[in-house]
Amino acid sequence: MSGTLDLTLAIATLWLAVGLAGLVAPRNLGLIRRLLFPLGAVLGLALAASALHGLFQSPTARVLPLGLPDLPFRARIDALSAFFLLLLGGVAAGISVFASGYIRRGEGTPPGLQCLYYHIFLASMALVLIADDAYFFMVAWETMALASFFLVTSDHRHAEIRRAGYLYLLIAHVGAIAILLCFGALQGGSGDYSFAGMRGVERPVGWASAAFLLALAGFGAKAGLVPLHVWLPEAHPAAPSPVSALMSAVMLKTAVYGVLRVTLDLIGTVYWWWGVIALATGLLSALGGIVFAAVQTDMKRLLAYSSIENIGLIFAGFGLTLIFRSFHMGTLAALALTATLYHCLNHACFKSLLFLCTGSVLHATHERSLGKLGGLMHRMPWVAWCALIGTIAIAGLPPLNGFASEWLLLQAFLFTPGLPHSYLNMLVPVAAAVVALTAALSGYVMVKFYGVVFLGQPREPKLAEARDAGAWERVGLAWLAAACIVLGLVPAAVIGLLDPVTRALTGFGMASLAEGWLFLAPIQPERASYSPLVFFAGIAALVGIAWLAVRLRYHGRMRRTGPWDCGFPHLDARMQDTAEGFGQPVRQVFEPFFRIEQQVPAPSDARPFFREVHDDRLWHWLYLPIARAVDRVTSLVTVLQRGRISVYLTYSFVTLLLLLLFVR
Amino acid sequence: MISAAGFAAQFTELMLAVLLAPVLTGWVNQCRAWLQNKSAPGLLQPYRVLAKLFRKEVVLAHNASPLFRFAPYLIFGCLALAAAIVPTLGTDLPLNAAADAIALVGLLALARLFIALAGMDIGTAFGSLGARREMLVGFLAEPALLMVLFTASLISGSSSLATIVETLAHRELVIHPSLAFAGVAFTMVSLAENARIPVDNPATHLELTMIHEAMVLEYSGRHLAMIEWAASLKLFVYSCVGLALFFPWGIAEGGDWLGIVLALPVLLVKLALGGAGLALIETVSAKMRIFRAPEFLGTAFLLAVLAMLVHVLLEH
Amino acid sequence: MLLHYGPQLVNLLAAILLLLAFAMLSQRRILSLINLFAAQGFVLFLSTMLVAWLTGQNHLYGSAALTLALKVIALPWILHRLIRRLEVKWDVETLLNIPSVMLVGIVLVILAFNLALPISQLAGTVTRSTLGIALACVLLSFLMMITRSKAVPQVIGFLAMENGLFFAATSAVYGMPMVVEFGVALDVLVGALILGIFLFQIRERFDSVDTRHLEKLKEQ
Repeated sequence: MSGTLDLTLAIATLWLAVGLAGLVAPRNLGLIRRLLFPLGAVLGLALAASALHGLFQSPTARVLPLGLPDLPFRARIDALSAFFLLLLGGVAAGISVFASGYIRRGEGTPPGLQCLYYHIFLASMALVLIADDAYFFMVAWETMALASFFLVTSDHRHAEIRRAGYLYLLIAHVGAIAILLCFGALQGGSGDYSFAGMRGVERPVGWASAAFLLALAGFGAKAGLVPLHVWLPEAHPAAPSPVSALMSAVMLKTAVYGVLRVTLDLIGTVYWWWGVIALATGLLSALGGIVFAAVQTDMKRLLAYSSIENIGLIFAGFGLTLIFRSFHMGTLAALALTATLYHCLNHACFKSLLFLCTGSVLHATHERSLGKLGGLMHRMPWVAWCALIGTIAIAGLPPLNGFASEWLLLQAFLFTPGLPHSYLNMLVPVAAAVVALTAALSGYVMVKFYGVVFLGQPREPKLAEARDAGAWERVGLAWLAAACIVLGLVPAAVIGLLDPVTRALTGFGMASLAEGWLFLAPIQPERASYSPLVFFAGIAALVGIAWLAVRLRYHGRMRRTGPWDCGFPHLDARMQDTAEGFGQPVRQVFEPFFRIEQQVPAPSDARPFFREVHDDRLWHWLYLPIARAVDRVTSLVTVLQRGRISVYLTYSFVTLLLLLLFVR
Repeated sequence: MISAAGFAAQFTELMLAVLLAPVLTGWVNQCRAWLQNKSAPGLLQPYRVLAKLFRKEVVLAHNASPLFRFAPYLIFGCLALAAAIVPTLGTDLPLNAAADAIALVGLLALARLFIALAGMDIGTAFGSLGARREMLVGFLAEPALLMVLFTASLISGSSSLATIVETLAHRELVIHPSLAFAGVAFTMVSLAENARIPVDNPATHLELTMIHEAMVLEYSGRHLAMIEWAASLKLFVYSCVGLALFFPWGIAEGGDWLGIVLALPVLLVKLALGGAGLALIETVSAKMRIFRAPEFLGTAFLLAVLAMLVHVLLEH
Repeated sequence: MLLHYGPQLVNLLAAILLLLAFAMLSQRRILSLINLFAAQGFVLFLSTMLVAWLTGQNHLYGSAALTLALKVIALPWILHRLIRRLEVKWDVETLLNIPSVMLVGIVLVILAFNLALPISQLAGTVTRSTLGIALACVLLSFLMMITRSKAVPQVIGFLAMENGLFFAATSAVYGMPMVVEFGVALDVLVGALILGIFLFQIRERFDSVDTRHLEKLKEQ
């Protein structure tokens, strides 16, 4: 295992070196595209391989010769870290390969600088995952936030992108403060900020709860949990697609890692109502996220909202884990945790795949708005088929990976009626219903996404010139699409990987309970079992037989002609459903979620004009009042502003005097 | 673990479902015609329609993608597999271990996703309208169906359909009040999912209210035949799920041959009664406005949730 | 045999009662609402008979007969006459949309069960778990009165509330003394009649039985 820790540190260093190499020739696109990014991808693969090995080793720790005097950086790797490193390495490899085909001379940050930020971002995420004291953790965490901020604002010439970047930075820092306070609450007066020290501290309920709530708020802000989710739909569309993919797939997961590390590892004893809070916020995020995704008209915003939904499901699973664990139902806690971690892995694969697909579409068409796309299946078949795999996976449909983790999560819910608490017993079926509704809605959203972008007729003439993705991009897409398929088809193997993690965190593993490699059977095979391979083989066989039978018994005659459309002769692209139209039923059903401004033309208007804006209510209920309050306070402070240097110097002087008096 | 008899039973069930499904559709149409005082088409009319469609050539729009041509077979395959999962004659089904109730819902959702995507493929006004409405029905009906199945799973302590049937039919008879709620919810969901009145009308074309028919307007020839056959299979699957959950008596336990042979006439009688009931519901109710459909399905969904709650409250 | 399934049957009837309460909550048409009310009365009659037979409490047969006469025959008949005379057969708009009302209803059910839990643990009767359902029915009928704006559905809600109370009485403590029961029955009958007269007065005054018009009576 010490091998894995050293290798991880080496890879993080090499990533930094690759990034710095980009600075040598910041405008040399050939070097960056053909050498540096592929090198980064290889390092990602190496990281994944070493983490895979490290999963099954015992934890090792090491004190690094870095940091401040008397406050060195401590690093440690255990099963939880190794699992998230595996996720980071595997997904980053695909994204980096894609990026080497994607990156080009833009109007904003030069490619070399982007290469630097990108690799710092990767390295800092790896360091977050192996940090073993609060100091190192916060340094890596903040580096990650800053690197991603600079990546989000790559196109900094646009005002709205800068705005999105600042919103992201602001919420990231609000979160960071909460995390810092959480570590303060965790050390429990001992002054020892190493994680090993925190594990040993006995805390009263109050401090433990404070630490948990701060962790939930702090990491929730990074993960995009309601109500701290507002940066996500702004920052993801603003960033270049590989960066959106990396943020959504991996950075959000580091927040999940953080919350798992703090709650299940550092705090240790948990209380059932923590689980209820996590479950409730998770479900709220899941439902809210997917409802908002349904009404989006920008494809990357749609995916960003869908990330909120998936993070919500992950936190719901985490909440369930806490509930089970607080009642000492070890096996069930392990089941819920397995579902949570599995969904992390799955979301990383399919969401990065879809973000990369939008990147290819964006490059080919220069359009992000769903209302101006359509029919790309014919122009960009490679991207379209990869996106179809991502669509099926994210919609939670068998036999791909999204279904496997949702299946496990629902199974975990099915076992809840044994809880020794009457209100909980009744709330959990309601929670399962929300999960089911969310999963079904994600099918709706993904039909909208895929149908509007890739199917139908092109809505703009310029789409006829769209070109399919290049070779590098295809390799990246294929890698992630293959991951979606493999993770979906062999869930028993994935659970085998998760086994050391759940064993370390809950004391129970699921691997011995899976029925062979073919069947997935949590708890007992009589209770439930699922085998995606048999399932897939069944569908494939039936489809094949049906096709063959029809072809052999009858004929294969076919004639191409214009669409029928009930005999309507003047069909054009504007008669298809727009993205707004497709989202309208959801907007109507979930009307209370939105703040809608509508401008409907009167029948007599000579130039009818329809405008509709839907907005997040939270923005008006929470953020704007806070912003106004801050404005008011700052306007009071402006009294101090005089504009004369001597006055400012006086302030400093007085402060200095006061401090001297105070510490006397 | 898996016996040869199990495989034989599985194969029999699958073939039975595929062959019987159009007859069930024909029976429902016949009953409806009788109830509405019309002269009824023959019981085998759906077969005649299928045969006609298979013989005709396919007329395909210029811009149809490979997805459009592939989708009918996939939808048919999904629904045939769904029919194979649901126990109709016996409970010793090898495929049952591969897919439980949740996977069944996933399978139906997969078929729905592809039919909706195929509807949007040509880019006609009707196609995308139908796809949107289908997904609207789907996103409420799917969780409702899942909650109904969850209620049964909670009762039997297993989400495997075979175990559910064994618990309900072959253990000591217990009255489950929660199944009353689940039954009402399931009926509402089945009406919506099978494009029946009051949500959709299977007998309509060229109306602004259609859902299912709007999506498949561009299909013709063998593709349309596959879609129609799949629609029949869907009705069959829903009927069998309903029978398995609410009237499971008669389904043989395990792979006992005599039981399976005896189960066949029982199944036919139950399906005939169920089909007649469906025709009756369709005859006495009026079609709703499309915007009432979410309310109808929302009610079904909440009733299904209530069923779970009632189970937790009353039966524990 | 039947004795074995008796308590289960009472549970089933209780669940149907709850189902009917939800059906009333989600019903838009006044005519169907009255029919549902009658059906609820009939289920109540059945459950009272069953409890009487199971426990051998003979006075419960009297209550059952009273239920049948009053809630299945008399009151629905009065209500049918009422809406015929008032000519209000059409749909009623609810103040909230129906799924939201049902969502509130589910919350009420969870609440009712938890509130009834300590009491039903005290009760030694065979059918004690139905107490929660009875309370839920009362709350749901109350909710129905709140969410309707027309007077007739509100009257029906009021009457359905009494159904819930009656069910609580039979299921938890095997019925009230006969005198009390007669009194309550008379109250309900008189209440319905008075409300009927009241409705005519409202219509005389406002040309409608929409109780939102009563807001005009508020002093400015």
